[in-house]
Amino acid sequence: MTRITARRHPLARYAVLLLALLLVGGAYTLISAQSSRPADAAIASGKVDDVAEGKSLFQAHCSSCHGLNAEGASTGPALVGVGAAAVDFQVSSGRMPATNPGAQAPRKPTAPWVTDETTKQLAAYVQSLGGGPTIPGKEQVDPALGDVAKGGELFRANCIQCHNWTGAGGALTKGKYAPNLNEASPTQIYEAMATGPQAMPVFNDSVVSPEAKRNMIAYVTTVRDQKDPGGFGLGRIGPVTEGLAAWLVGIVALALAAIWITAKKRQKS
Amino acid sequence: MTVPKAIAGPSNFIDERIGAGNFMKRNLRKVFPDHWSFLLGEIALYSFIILLLTGTFLTFWFKPGMEHVIYNGPFDPLKGVVMSEAYASALEISFEVRGGLLMRQMHHWSALLFVAGMMVHMLRVFFTGAYRKPRELNWLIGVGLLTLALAAGLTGYSLPDDLLSGAGLRITQGVAISLPLVGTYISFFLFGGEYPGEDVIARFYSLHILLIPGILLALISAHMVLMWVQKHTQMPGKGRNNHNVVGAPFYPAFMLKAGAYFMFTFAVVAGLATFFQINPIWAFGPYTPADISAGSQPDFYMGFLEGALRLMPSWEINLFGTAEAGTLPLSVIIPALVPMGIVMTGLALYPFLEQWITGDRREHHIADRPRNNPHRTSIGMAAITFYGVLWLLGANDELAANFHISLNMTTYIGRVMVFAGPVLAYMITYRICLGLQRSDAAVLSHGVESGVIKRLAHGEFIEVHTPPDEDIEAHMRGKESIPEIPAAEDADGIPPKGMRGPIGKLRAKMSQTYGGEKIPLDEGHGHGDEHPAIGEGDDDRSLTH
Amino acid sequence: MTDNGHEIEQPDDRVPKRVIGTPDSGASMLEASQPQVDDGDVPGVYLPDEAKANKAEKIVALCFTITFVAAIAFIVNYVVFQVGDINSTAVSNVALGAPLTVALLGLAVGIVVWVRQIMPKYNLVQERHAMVSDPETREYVEETFLRGAKESGIPKRPLLRRTLLLASAPLGLLPIVLLRDLDNAKMPASKFQQELRHTVWGRKTKEGKPLKLVVEGTGQPIRAADFNSPGGILSVVPEGYEHDLNALAKAVLILIKFRPEEIKSGTNLNWTHDGIVAYSKICTHVGCPAALYEQTTHHILCPCHQSTFDAADGAKVIFGPAARPLPQLPIGVDDQGFLIAKGDFAVPVGPSFWERGDAEAKVRSTGGHA
Repeated sequence: MTRITARRHPLARYAVLLLALLLVGGAYTLISAQSSRPADAAIASGKVDDVAEGKSLFQAHCSSCHGLNAEGASTGPALVGVGAAAVDFQVSSGRMPATNPGAQAPRKPTAPWVTDETTKQLAAYVQSLGGGPTIPGKEQVDPALGDVAKGGELFRANCIQCHNWTGAGGALTKGKYAPNLNEASPTQIYEAMATGPQAMPVFNDSVVSPEAKRNMIAYVTTVRDQKDPGGFGLGRIGPVTEGLAAWLVGIVALALAAIWITAKKRQKS
Repeated sequence: MTVPKAIAGPSNFIDERIGAGNFMKRNLRKVFPDHWSFLLGEIALYSFIILLLTGTFLTFWFKPGMEHVIYNGPFDPLKGVVMSEAYASALEISFEVRGGLLMRQMHHWSALLFVAGMMVHMLRVFFTGAYRKPRELNWLIGVGLLTLALAAGLTGYSLPDDLLSGAGLRITQGVAISLPLVGTYISFFLFGGEYPGEDVIARFYSLHILLIPGILLALISAHMVLMWVQKHTQMPGKGRNNHNVVGAPFYPAFMLKAGAYFMFTFAVVAGLATFFQINPIWAFGPYTPADISAGSQPDFYMGFLEGALRLMPSWEINLFGTAEAGTLPLSVIIPALVPMGIVMTGLALYPFLEQWITGDRREHHIADRPRNNPHRTSIGMAAITFYGVLWLLGANDELAANFHISLNMTTYIGRVMVFAGPVLAYMITYRICLGLQRSDAAVLSHGVESGVIKRLAHGEFIEVHTPPDEDIEAHMRGKESIPEIPAAEDADGIPPKGMRGPIGKLRAKMSQTYGGEKIPLDEGHGHGDEHPAIGEGDDDRSLTH
Repeated sequence: MTDNGHEIEQPDDRVPKRVIGTPDSGASMLEASQPQVDDGDVPGVYLPDEAKANKAEKIVALCFTITFVAAIAFIVNYVVFQVGDINSTAVSNVALGAPLTVALLGLAVGIVVWVRQIMPKYNLVQERHAMVSDPETREYVEETFLRGAKESGIPKRPLLRRTLLLASAPLGLLPIVLLRDLDNAKMPASKFQQELRHTVWGRKTKEGKPLKLVVEGTGQPIRAADFNSPGGILSVVPEGYEHDLNALAKAVLILIKFRPEEIKSGTNLNWTHDGIVAYSKICTHVGCPAALYEQTTHHILCPCHQSTFDAADGAKVIFGPAARPLPQLPIGVDDQGFLIAKGDFAVPVGPSFWERGDAEAKVRSTGGHA
């Protein structure tokens, strides 16, 4: 047997070990790429810590209503299967953690512990519990890439009955409401469609494709920033505020004008 | 000075051909009484003229077709969208014609002011009793004008065929089709077949620009002529009685004041159209019967019908079971016909009802102050409350969404208020009117507080009262006692003709309640005996009795 | 409140002339000053103070000049400011509307100041005459009327009279008769109500296949396996009829995905597929699309008059004015898994009409589900 006489670098064994690990791990990822086990994806992308962090955040801030393992409780539904998108939507818009029990949880300033990082971690944890819709990528929600006109047609078919033509919001039964869309980010709009928060129905990606969603996002973001060419928009909710303006501005002004035209200074006798 | 040639020439020309001089002689100095509330009808009149002017502009570009076109104009969010020709032409007017959006908005704002002006004018006429003889005819013409204006508005705002007005069109069709026996016929004839068909926008167009304005113009002219011939009523005051008119002459004063008010109305319409957006059809999208938006409401003057439809509980009767006839959708028929029927019929019949109750067949040219006819005023306020509750509930979804009230709760509250509100309003208004009458009586008999405190010799402080000014006193003394029909039975125990039987007894009761003088103006006693001389203790300090 | 308990005093100089209701007179530029006594020529006409009138004339002149400038500005702006997109339209609207408003206001204010401060105050009196004409006139008219009637011969000639009435009756009806073809339908009017009983869902495609359910707005058919999120809804139209408004007015659907255990007895299970239920979207009240859906309560809400339907229980009415449930459409899947209609609705959709009859009871009595 020929003896290897060349000297090895002291760290060589670790380099080999690392190389072997990478090879095995990469092969494993390739093989299991078809798997829809997001927890593995989290592990594979090196985000194992997010899930663990998320779990402790969950237990600190969410479990009192949603159960220690998100199995649900009397005050909050189960979150197994709602997906990272739902968590990102609810937490980033401040709706969760809910503070007041009411007809529905309103958008409000986020809790102090909520940052992009903690939201991501919480979302990763909930995603690991049972899958569900994932947070869309930046390109998926970029309004500049959407077709505004096509989005408008879809928006009018499926959304305005609750949210109104320009996303000004509307009433639902028993104190619930569809909120206005003025503050929703493109990501939040996507996530709301995909996850159906509270009373809102679900528009999953297979029947309303991601491209269709992007078109709708383009429409909403265009319309809500759009100039009102006719003047002050009066809330863009139509004849209710227009009628108020006609009476409170128009008739009042004309009544005052009539009083001025006919006013008499009392003649002292 | 002499008449300048430029005016004398044409005047002569006309006089030689139609004898205009006679007309001028009678009418140049025709006297018009002056009160700010008398100008409210002019809001409607001038709005109508503005509607004609702006409307004509719009007809030069609007195309009332329902054929589908693919939008190719400059408004990007609708590029490539399939829409009707009518909607596309309305977009063209808004974005591709200079002044187009301004004219569209002026047209719509002045339509709102047209109806609102009619409403305030009608209320003024009602509360001052100016509908009484000889003006019943003019009042009826007014009710007709108001109804036609609603129709003009409905046909007008449906023309752009957008998603908001289309929802209203669907409701109109649903109401039409619900009518017993004739519903399907009316719907098929109006829409040229099944809903929405291809014809209704063009048919609404001819109604809106030809038929309805034509009738409106004729009725408005009749309304003006009658007012001219009968002369305007006047408020009670110094030197005014039922046989004269006191005020300013038509030429030059009234003419100019009216012209100025025309300019004001025009300026208000232009100002609204410049700074307040109305009917942004590009945001609504083209009409399709498959879609609808939250917060869909008709223009304000239809609001009370909308509210009635929302308040009505579920109710449908099938008179003949499963046979193909006999379905009465009462949850549509009742709200669509009953409130409108009550309001319009009540308005139209009121002058005659009042005559029937009071037996008053005299001519009336002095306006009543509302407080001096407390039942009439209370009936008016009850009617306003009824109308107002329905109008408010027509926007209950916006109220629920914006003020965070439960939607269902607004409906329940509305169902109660539509009955309780008018009753409450009646009672409260009646007491207020009586209170105001007492206050008038007090001013006449005890004078006005002058604000000067005087100390009497024995140390008492009093406030000096002065008599009211002459014209105010005359204004108050213009109060007329409301006639009552004598209902006393004669020696044989038979009531007078027309007061017999159950209807007659009802009439007698109503006459007694409505008429008479509830609070006499003069207290009917001299002041000498009631108010002893200085120094004696007097405990009668109240001004009201 | 205190009362002097004495006769009303005549005011002395210390007592300001205060009257009810009018505010204290301020020295406002826009108020007329003390009017002079009538100018002798015309009673009831009180001329204003000449100096004040001259000052007022300057104000009026200013107002009219503003109108002049504003009108010119309108014309200039019309030429300068183009339209063509939403932003330039916004600019143009103000550029034209503001000068117009100012011009009209200038005229209005100018004329009012002119009338109030330059023209006299009037207190003219004109007599009214009773509206009714005097008895002699009435008698004359009555006599003339009767004489003319006699001359026309109508009172004495019943044949003439009656045939005149006979002639005018159908003539008056002609305009109404001419409107008969307004319906364009070329069918007897009694058949109108038959049209309302059917929707296009009862038809087949050119190849004889049942119609697919397609997404409104994209026209894509729907795989049942794709529409698998409980709580999902879609607005659905028949394939081939995406832009046919007449068809849509009766055929548009609201498609809802339930977990199978959520569906209650009012829903016809045979007409569902794997928890997917299709209801008519046309509200049974007056026909608006009943399109709002609350996932948590399974309520369908119509935005027009707030009729509320329980989608889990056959869309029966639970609040609001609608009197009948939303009709359910029988759906299934074809061999490729796309959702199709298995037939038309069992009852007429949309608002009720006289000839509808209790269609739901009829269906139930023949063993159906409604």
